[in-house]
Amino acid sequence: MGAVVVFCEVSDDGKAVRTSSLPALAAGAELAKHHGGGVVAVVVGNGVGAAAADAAKYAPKVLAFDGAGLAAPLAETWAPQLADAVKRAGATALVATATSTGKDVLPRAAALLGAGMASDVTGVLGAKELRRPAYAGNAVETVEVGGPVVVASVRQSAFPPAVAGAAGAVETVAVAAADALGAEHLGVHGTKSARPELGDAKVVVSGGRGMREGANFKILEELTDLLGGALGASRAAADAGMVPNDLQVGQTGKVVAPNLYIAVAISGAIQHLAGMKGSKVIVAINKDPEAPIFQVADYGLVATWEQAVPALIAEVKKLKA
Amino acid sequence: MKILVTAKRVPNPEQKLKLAGGQIDLSGASWQVNTFDEYAVETALRLTEKGKGGERAGEVVVVSVGPKDVAQQLRGVLAMGADRAILVGAEDAALDADSVARILKAVVEREKPDLVVLGKQTVDGDSNQVGQILAGLLGWPQATFLASIRAAADGKSATVTREVDAGVEEKRVRLPAVVTVDLRIIGKKAVRNEALAPDGAEWDETQRYASLKGIMAAKKKEIKEVPLAELGVAPAPLLKVKTYEAPPARKAGIKVASVEELASKLHNEAKVI
Repeated sequence: MGAVVVFCEVSDDGKAVRTSSLPALAAGAELAKHHGGGVVAVVVGNGVGAAAADAAKYAPKVLAFDGAGLAAPLAETWAPQLADAVKRAGATALVATATSTGKDVLPRAAALLGAGMASDVTGVLGAKELRRPAYAGNAVETVEVGGPVVVASVRQSAFPPAVAGAAGAVETVAVAAADALGAEHLGVHGTKSARPELGDAKVVVSGGRGMREGANFKILEELTDLLGGALGASRAAADAGMVPNDLQVGQTGKVVAPNLYIAVAISGAIQHLAGMKGSKVIVAINKDPEAPIFQVADYGLVATWEQAVPALIAEVKKLKA
Repeated sequence: MKILVTAKRVPNPEQKLKLAGGQIDLSGASWQVNTFDEYAVETALRLTEKGKGGERAGEVVVVSVGPKDVAQQLRGVLAMGADRAILVGAEDAALDADSVARILKAVVEREKPDLVVLGKQTVDGDSNQVGQILAGLLGWPQATFLASIRAAADGKSATVTREVDAGVEEKRVRLPAVVTVDLRIIGKKAVRNEALAPDGAEWDETQRYASLKGIMAAKKKEIKEVPLAELGVAPAPLLKVKTYEAPPARKAGIKVASVEELASKLHNEAKVI
């Protein structure tokens, strides 16, 4: 058994490892205990020196795949670097956080390695034994990953972020050319916001179909900002176009586990619960006393959002005063 | 344009999951096509249409890997409008994402489609891997989690938008390619083949349901059963599920009578605000 390669994404400014990758470094360290080798952090891109130096705070060794052909986030060019990293490091495991990039790139890297992969891992039981949710979180699987390399995407909320320590060594691999196979990244149209990322937020306030229209989310935004949280939504609300889809919490959206999750006018479909059941404290506000969301809520309030949310904002302001 | 689209059968996600002795009991399950695969079929059909209910050009071939019973779900997809179906015989328990992708690769090599469309994930396994593995094995470009797709008039590329954590990414891929679809793909103007449909062509904001005419027509369409041996693939799953357990239950919560009580509990008891 050997080292564990952890794919670390680079922040937008290029200077650091994304905070979403820190749980993967922690999971990688846990897995490394079973594999007997150390963690090798991998960064991929163009001009990733600063990010590699940042990654070195979390791993004894960093491989930085650097080249102009790697500037765009393309699975076609990045997956071969991860496969190469595994070979260079003599690794027996490859780990990344299950972000949209991780989900896109990691299975392709597994294909190139002929390796088995477990998605959305929430626990490490042994070198090849992992735990992961399936069936919208209604079952927890214990899986064994066969093959030469164990590939795992890990759920961000299931592992604590890795803590910075003594600086490791950085080895840069200059990549002269990368074949994108005719794929081109044309840009990202972001929903930039000053709020924390859904995956990192300590508080998440989500609205559902009962909010009726996008303009009504303003009041939830006010509560969100008051609590320093992130705004989320149910699939029904995202489907209805009330909010952008990247706010969707659930089986088909983001999985969050904040300290406080406030579900407003969300009925609690199985697929939504799959995305927030791991939250420490769940509050449900819904006018329907039979709504399934109340079955997972620590505190349930039967009320319309029109009554409850402005009153809650006033109460929170009092507490903060 | 020739399109290969996948359809996996899954147990109805609204039914309560029966767990016993570390296994899932699916004996009483009612089966249906994975939702994201239905969206994939809808995507494939729109790419062969001039518009809603309009003329069609090209071919949509649906493929499934599973037991013989899956023919029932495939018949439903043919009733939606797919032209023919391929059912590769295999037991679900003997498959993982890697083996499904290897089987699909063999089908792709036989059928030589311009595009492979899959759902981004199945709602049972939730793995979200097959499309990416297939693209990797084929050495084809990939575009995952699509919110929209526009096939170029010359049939040589497709421009897509993808649901990513930071918003929406725009990407162009050379064809042939593998794409996987997210839920926005069934938007009114999310799919268009520039060679067929005019700018502004609109469909209903849902996947289509089988019409009576479609159901009648589907009876005459081909479902070709292909044994694994014929494809020259011997699946050896790399991922084995050893046990299934129920997730830890949350302890029962309480109902509060007022917003004041809620705020007080959150502040004093839960200490989260």
